[in-house]
Amino acid sequence: MGKPQKIREKKVPMPEQPPKERIKNFNEVALGYTAEMAVEEAKRCLQCKPKEGQKICVDGCPVGVNIPEFIKHIREGDFEGAIRIIKEKNNLPAICGRVCPYERQCEMYCTLGKRFEPVGIGRLERFVADWELARGVKIPEKAPPNGKKVAVVGSGPAGLTAAADLAKLGYEVTIFEALHKPGGVLIYGIPEFRLPKRIVEAEVEYVKKLGVKIECDVVVGKTVTIEDLLKEYDAIFIGTGAGLPNWLGIPGENLNGVYSANEFLTRVNLMKAYLFPEYDTPIRIGERVATIGGGNVAMDCARTALRLGAKESYIVYRRTEKEMPARAEEIERAKEEGVIFKLLTQPIRFIGDEKGWVKQMECVQMKLSEPDETGRRRPVPIPGSGFLMDVDTVVVAIGQSPNPLIPKTTPNLKTGRKGEILVDEKQRTSIEKIFAGGDITTGNATVIAAMGAGKRAAQAIHEYLSGKS
Amino acid sequence: MYKIVSKKDLASNVKMFKVYAPRVAAKAKPGQFIILRLHEKGERIPLTITDWSKEEGTVTIVVLEAGKTTKELASMKEGDYILNFVGPLGKPAEVKYYGTVAFVGGGVGIALIYPEVRAFKEAGNKIITIIGARTKDLLIFEDELSKLSDELYVATDDDSKGHHGFVSDILKKLLEEGKHIDLVIAVGPVIMMKVISDLTRPYGIKTIVSLNPIMVDGTGMCGSCRVTVGGETKFVCVDGPEFDGHLVDFDNLIARNRRYLEEEKIALERFLSHG
Repeated sequence: MGKPQKIREKKVPMPEQPPKERIKNFNEVALGYTAEMAVEEAKRCLQCKPKEGQKICVDGCPVGVNIPEFIKHIREGDFEGAIRIIKEKNNLPAICGRVCPYERQCEMYCTLGKRFEPVGIGRLERFVADWELARGVKIPEKAPPNGKKVAVVGSGPAGLTAAADLAKLGYEVTIFEALHKPGGVLIYGIPEFRLPKRIVEAEVEYVKKLGVKIECDVVVGKTVTIEDLLKEYDAIFIGTGAGLPNWLGIPGENLNGVYSANEFLTRVNLMKAYLFPEYDTPIRIGERVATIGGGNVAMDCARTALRLGAKESYIVYRRTEKEMPARAEEIERAKEEGVIFKLLTQPIRFIGDEKGWVKQMECVQMKLSEPDETGRRRPVPIPGSGFLMDVDTVVVAIGQSPNPLIPKTTPNLKTGRKGEILVDEKQRTSIEKIFAGGDITTGNATVIAAMGAGKRAAQAIHEYLSGKS
Repeated sequence: MYKIVSKKDLASNVKMFKVYAPRVAAKAKPGQFIILRLHEKGERIPLTITDWSKEEGTVTIVVLEAGKTTKELASMKEGDYILNFVGPLGKPAEVKYYGTVAFVGGGVGIALIYPEVRAFKEAGNKIITIIGARTKDLLIFEDELSKLSDELYVATDDDSKGHHGFVSDILKKLLEEGKHIDLVIAVGPVIMMKVISDLTRPYGIKTIVSLNPIMVDGTGMCGSCRVTVGGETKFVCVDGPEFDGHLVDFDNLIARNRRYLEEEKIALERFLSHG
């Protein structure tokens, strides 16, 4: 390990596009570490060993990556070794290294973080993943084909992970994707400036190289049903995500200029409306754009609006910044870019012009009272605090619910109160042979949580199919 | 990739394509639609399924040249490939015996009522069909519909065939004469469907319309196609495309269909000048 050095108190800074420049383009904001930066950051790691009654980084990782070990390899300049260790557990590291909420997972348990800034685990993961992508991805050893077939429905993070793990175990896996491009929310939802599509494409390519077949343009529940698939496959994994936009349910929500976050982001990300008219799909952006909501999706929309040319982009949220579900890093970047936060504000009505376009939003001021069932303090309206806000585009980003298409078309598939498919700890549904995981079982959560569920499901499918034969 | 198996000119600006899409053909039912994307830079547009053959694995669509994408599609030839073709989407029509069913088809909507007329006929209904277009050349599927219908009425805007005027005039006359009708199914321009729904309301005749809003994914994900029906927000792609015409807020739909008029013009002009 060489002679003892004084530990850096802060993470090696991440090179970034400056805010004034980046709001004029859709290129990635965080540019990634160089090899030197990565080695220097890796040196901050204390190489903690697991200890009874004490959590370390690994305990915070939903897929259980051996974090101290891969960081050790980076420190030694062995990037190849580092990526091998990550990929034992994580099939999509270039994605996780960009969008994981590390501060609430691995980095939250970092011992160094108790005194200084935690080790930049996410940044290091991203570095080695990108390093490998640039050199050409190696395909790991696979179990020999076992003659069993598994269908995976949906090619988002849950589906890709389940498919990759099952392929490694020797299964013949086919993914069915409803849209024309695989990746699910990674493609239609998360913007280019946060997760470049070439990265998603490269990770999807890796899954294909493992032998997974991906069939696009297949809407399961319409083009084929789960019952059809059961005739052909030994098991099915459903990872169709939370594709159903939630609405405020207030007057004027169907006015022109009011988008769901899904529509706004799908037009821009999947359909590349920011390149209209080179690409055929248009998007309309006004001068004053209000995004309703306080999650990562809301931040993505508000920042996308700036890049599309909005003069003022607002986040309108009914609680305070402290209760926002968005990652601190995303809130910070939105602020740097000039997004204006209107907190403790709740829209109650949209007002349109004579042609049916939204022109104003009536809001009430809120205050926080006692905590609700989620532990966050409940916002209540302040009587007589109503005011009007001029807006010409509104994006409703208050969450998504599980996609109802498969539950609706699959008899006996049990669902919960919000339409989520009910599963046990092994991701098993109420129907034999059918497993589910990701946002379809939880409502909208994180990419890494979906991947964790995909992993558990792959393991459970393997147990089920190998035990049965 | 989905191969265009055959192409037929139905009128100067209306083309019919048979596309090889066996999975869609295997599941298609009257009233459903597909979404296609022509190429890597293309938009996703919905088109109603006109016909299908499980045996051939083909799906037939009829396209009226209007904007950039429909003009581009119309320029494609037999043997060409459409990049994406997904479906069948939406809920199928509720085909059953009602008694006498009056179908009203306007413009390219005529092609869309064809599979429903066939299915409702097979279900034992008496069929009255009223079709209309700007001029007689645009009266597509007239022969096919004539064979399936117990009564067929024709209207043209320019008096080149049949009644000089609108399809709604014909339905109005039939209703005023006391013709017994149990169900009306109207497919065509939004304004036509609105007029027909207003016409049947005082008679209390159930009226089904097939809506054609702007869609993106077509699977219930984005809400671009949302309309107000009976005071509730519905997604046409998954809750429709057919709704009770007496409950649809047509003015909201008309306004929503005009969202991208300017962009549609830009795209079309660019296509016509660049090809």
